[in-house]
Amino acid sequence: MGHKILALLLLMMVSSASYSELVIRVTQGNDKPTKIAIAPIDQGGIKISEDISRIVESDLQRSGLFKTIERRDMLAFPGRAQDVYYRDWRLLGTEYLVAGQLRSIGSGRYQLEFSLLNVTAQKTVLTHKVSGSITQMRDLAHLMSDKVYEEITGIRGAFSTRLAYVTAVRKNNIYTYRLNVADADGAREKLVLESAEPIMSPSWSSNGKELAYVSFETGRPAIFRQNLVTAERQQLTNFTGLNGAPSWSPDGTKMAMVLSKDGNPEIYLLDLQSNKFSRLTRHFAIDTEPTWMRDGKSLLFTSDRGGTPQIYKLNIATKATERLTFNGNYNARPNLAPDGRTMALVHRQTDTFHIASFDLKTGRMIELTETRLDESPTVAPNGAMIIYATKQGDRGVLAAVSLDAGVRYVLPSSIGDVREPAWSPFLR
Amino acid sequence: MKVSFIKSGLSALFLAALLAGCSSNPVVDEQPASTDIEDTSVQTGQVDSSEIEDAAVDVEAIAADTIFYFDFDKALLKPESRAALLEHSAMLQGNPRNVRLEGHADERGTREYNMALGERRAQAVKEFLVLQGVSPSLIEVISYGEERAAAYGSNDDAWGLNRRVELK
Repeated sequence: MGHKILALLLLMMVSSASYSELVIRVTQGNDKPTKIAIAPIDQGGIKISEDISRIVESDLQRSGLFKTIERRDMLAFPGRAQDVYYRDWRLLGTEYLVAGQLRSIGSGRYQLEFSLLNVTAQKTVLTHKVSGSITQMRDLAHLMSDKVYEEITGIRGAFSTRLAYVTAVRKNNIYTYRLNVADADGAREKLVLESAEPIMSPSWSSNGKELAYVSFETGRPAIFRQNLVTAERQQLTNFTGLNGAPSWSPDGTKMAMVLSKDGNPEIYLLDLQSNKFSRLTRHFAIDTEPTWMRDGKSLLFTSDRGGTPQIYKLNIATKATERLTFNGNYNARPNLAPDGRTMALVHRQTDTFHIASFDLKTGRMIELTETRLDESPTVAPNGAMIIYATKQGDRGVLAAVSLDAGVRYVLPSSIGDVREPAWSPFLR
Repeated sequence: MKVSFIKSGLSALFLAALLAGCSSNPVVDEQPASTDIEDTSVQTGQVDSSEIEDAAVDVEAIAADTIFYFDFDKALLKPESRAALLEHSAMLQGNPRNVRLEGHADERGTREYNMALGERRAQAVKEFLVLQGVSPSLIEVISYGEERAAAYGSNDDAWGLNRRVELK
């Protein structure tokens, strides 16, 4: 009986899978968010299926740094800077206003011209034009968010980036694993690979055009690379034992990975031009989860050579290793922030697995999350947020936390378990 | 005839035990009973041993355990796995066949580390069998890490059932 209900529930989940994109719920924001009004775009009679202003609003809200003014409170919807009466906006207590206008520029192209106005100073601080086809309205909206965010915070916006992740659905003992790529806000989910066997460890190429991942489709784990535009794929490894944890080098010419073909999990380097493998570690312990330092000369990795899993740094040229973490009984899966100095990792002080940040210079470890069974942290290319996998009840979901822990949100999904997020690099 | 009767009687007992267990966590991954009767009987470790004695079943007649459990972040064979593994090594030497050792981990910790841990556990079982004289060429080792849970739920019982090596 219980199983029938479960099966039915799973069936319902599967049938709604086609429009079950990740929905974001902000659980905690910044203490003093900047107030900003995003006036509805003047569409000039052009029919579009997306509400551009709403997309910008939710982008900025999700950053935790902004509080948006309700549309129903607005006294006017100006499309251009010269149409703005500052008094109307001062009354609402907003610090900034964004006004924009869409127009057709021929050949199926549309231009979005928008201005960012400082209401307090009564001046236009930015005017920008972006253009695209009718199907690219979300892209235009995210570009608008990027510009506004960067102008106000001084940090490059990462709203136009993407997220790769794995979902797993189990129905009547049959698993369906999917590797998906979606916009950073969870919209426009696209299937990259579907398999009845496990899919793991997606890793972006530095140009954002390819993914490497582990697939068990051959009956054992193997590393593949796949072009996201052409869907063309290539199997890179087929060794006995582990073939895992691929990590693309910053220059895109090499891939670090874990192989146990010589009897024990070791870090290897694959030269993607010559197809030659070279072994980097030599230890009877578990060595895994390599990730690159920005200069491409060292790797961070997880090893239990000291008795518990801890983070080590490996110099590729000299093969010298150095232990970095000492605080906690489980430190694993390092992921470096773009500053090259802060890493996100899975950290357990005593009992609970949390995401923490670790400063490579000072050795300071800060726990960032309050959820449990947290894993797979991935830092945004602008270093503002970390997305990670966690549990809500028995469901695997994605959640986000800012590097200063001031902002948190969850990305619940209506399909099975969501896991192993990987944030793309900047795509433009 | 008699053996099969005992087996099916036992499997019914086990099903009852499993069903009774279903009302509380963890939910055991339900396998169809059909050909897996011997596999099912391996779950001896999970069932109160006194029940088995009550049923007056000749334990000798039952096929050896095919699932071996481990402690958290450990790949050491437990003493209770020994008897069954000795039986398997005797069977594999007397009647060689290809077997697959599938190593698994619980959901705690990171996925790739757990892949390595699952492999280490399966290797530990392989080493034991090889030490007893089983040809290593008969044994394939594969790790699924935490990707294929046998029991669902984030609690000690489920985790204990998931830290395992399955001999297939």
